[in-house]
Amino acid sequence: MANRITLQIGRYHPEHDPEPWFESYEVPSRKEWVVLDALNYVKDHVDGSLTFRWSCRMGVCGSCGMMINGVPKLSCATFLSDCAPGPVRVEPLKNFAILRDLVVDTSDFLVKLAKARPWIIRKVEKPLDEEYFQTPEQVDAYKQFSMCINCMLCYAACPVYGLDPLFMGPAAIALAQRYNMDSRDEGAGERMDILSQHDGIWGCTFVGECTKACPKKVDPAGAIQQYKLTASIEWVKALVLPRGAT
Amino acid sequence: MDSSAKLIMGRRSNEPFLWLLFSAGGVVAAMLLPIHLFLFGFAFPLGWLKGPSYESLLALLRHPVTRFYLLVFCCLPLFHWAHRFRFTLYDGLQIKHLNELINIFCYGGAIVGTAVAVYLLWNIP
Amino acid sequence: MINPTEYVPKCYYPRVSTYWWVARWAYLKFILREVSSVFVAWIVVVTLLQIQALTRGPAEYEESQKWLASPLIVALNVISFLFLIFHTVTWFNLAPKAMVVRLRGKRLPAAAVAAPNYAVWVLLSAAVAWIVLRS
Repeated sequence: MANRITLQIGRYHPEHDPEPWFESYEVPSRKEWVVLDALNYVKDHVDGSLTFRWSCRMGVCGSCGMMINGVPKLSCATFLSDCAPGPVRVEPLKNFAILRDLVVDTSDFLVKLAKARPWIIRKVEKPLDEEYFQTPEQVDAYKQFSMCINCMLCYAACPVYGLDPLFMGPAAIALAQRYNMDSRDEGAGERMDILSQHDGIWGCTFVGECTKACPKKVDPAGAIQQYKLTASIEWVKALVLPRGAT
Repeated sequence: MDSSAKLIMGRRSNEPFLWLLFSAGGVVAAMLLPIHLFLFGFAFPLGWLKGPSYESLLALLRHPVTRFYLLVFCCLPLFHWAHRFRFTLYDGLQIKHLNELINIFCYGGAIVGTAVAVYLLWNIP
Repeated sequence: MINPTEYVPKCYYPRVSTYWWVARWAYLKFILREVSSVFVAWIVVVTLLQIQALTRGPAEYEESQKWLASPLIVALNVISFLFLIFHTVTWFNLAPKAMVVRLRGKRLPAAAVAAPNYAVWVLLSAAVAWIVLRS
């Protein structure tokens, strides 16, 4: 007799639903199955209209973020056996507008990510046949922040992001810091102008839930606190040497 | 809501100043407040330890170093409270739209407290 | 924001509850940590009141000592003390996150940055106690 588990999945049809509601599905709970497998089972065998995002199914693409029993998780990385005996409550990612079922509108995050200028900024580009060299220590300085897969679990975990529409959010700031700490980058000043706006990073009150939610151990909370310290030092420097160094 | 329109490129905020005050106040509060509360809030009034006599305490208080120490002791933790409480009101009670009132209450309160401390510590007989 | 059209119907915008901080223990712990600042401010007020009593004369000072020993104030100060310790511990444990300390190329673990804070706390407390008790 195969194991079965009940999923309570958030449904929302914008065409005719005034608000989201839950539908219960009983699915087989095979050994090593993750929540994503259960969702695909529902879509393949029970209700083809169930809508959700997924891609790599191995925790590197960042597509399948959703709330599983109230905690932001990747559905491809959450084992059904860990949720047993169930029921498992599956909802769309918190703090984002819901487009349909488990799919959310990520455009706010993408706008904020672009604001962080997440690319190497140089005053003068090196010619193509010249390499950049980095020592292991220089790589170590930003490596942790480069592991971000843009899954937005940190945005779902962050209460400030839910309350303050102007807050940049954990991943965007962590990625800004990833480039600020990169020895090849010369754009720290430009990013500081955007991020050290009232509310840009200063809305953060170090709740720390973003770091707990992150599946790639990026530690965005740490990145933000480091950035606050850097911004404060820059502020003092600007005060003391008004026409001094950037 | 189009938040991107509100993140205008421009001069950097002066928020770092308030954050530095908050951090300094947090360090002072963490390091010094517990022992002061233990001694002056419990040990001496409740007789657990023999406290300094009135005269010796006043003599200690008269010393300029003590006065400066107490000024820092009172001023910085008040600004720590002001900053932290401001954000607690924003996020906990979701009254960020009242931010001008909140700022006046919090930072104004800290400034008043500091002024009281300066007055008291200046006028020790 | 997505404007509703014929092909993209309206999104649902969930509202954050006023009691979001009760929903999870981690959020409640965070709010308690922030509320500890109120007790920090209270202790500063108590200190200012004591300084005032001290400057007004021995009789006033005795009154202030009696006031501090009254049950209501003792209860409030016990709660304050618990919140102060909570502030101290959470502050020292979070400090390493903001400061990246590197030794010989490797980042120091969090405990190695937090430990000196605790050590300084003990030393400073002992110094304050010694100065006050010896006078």
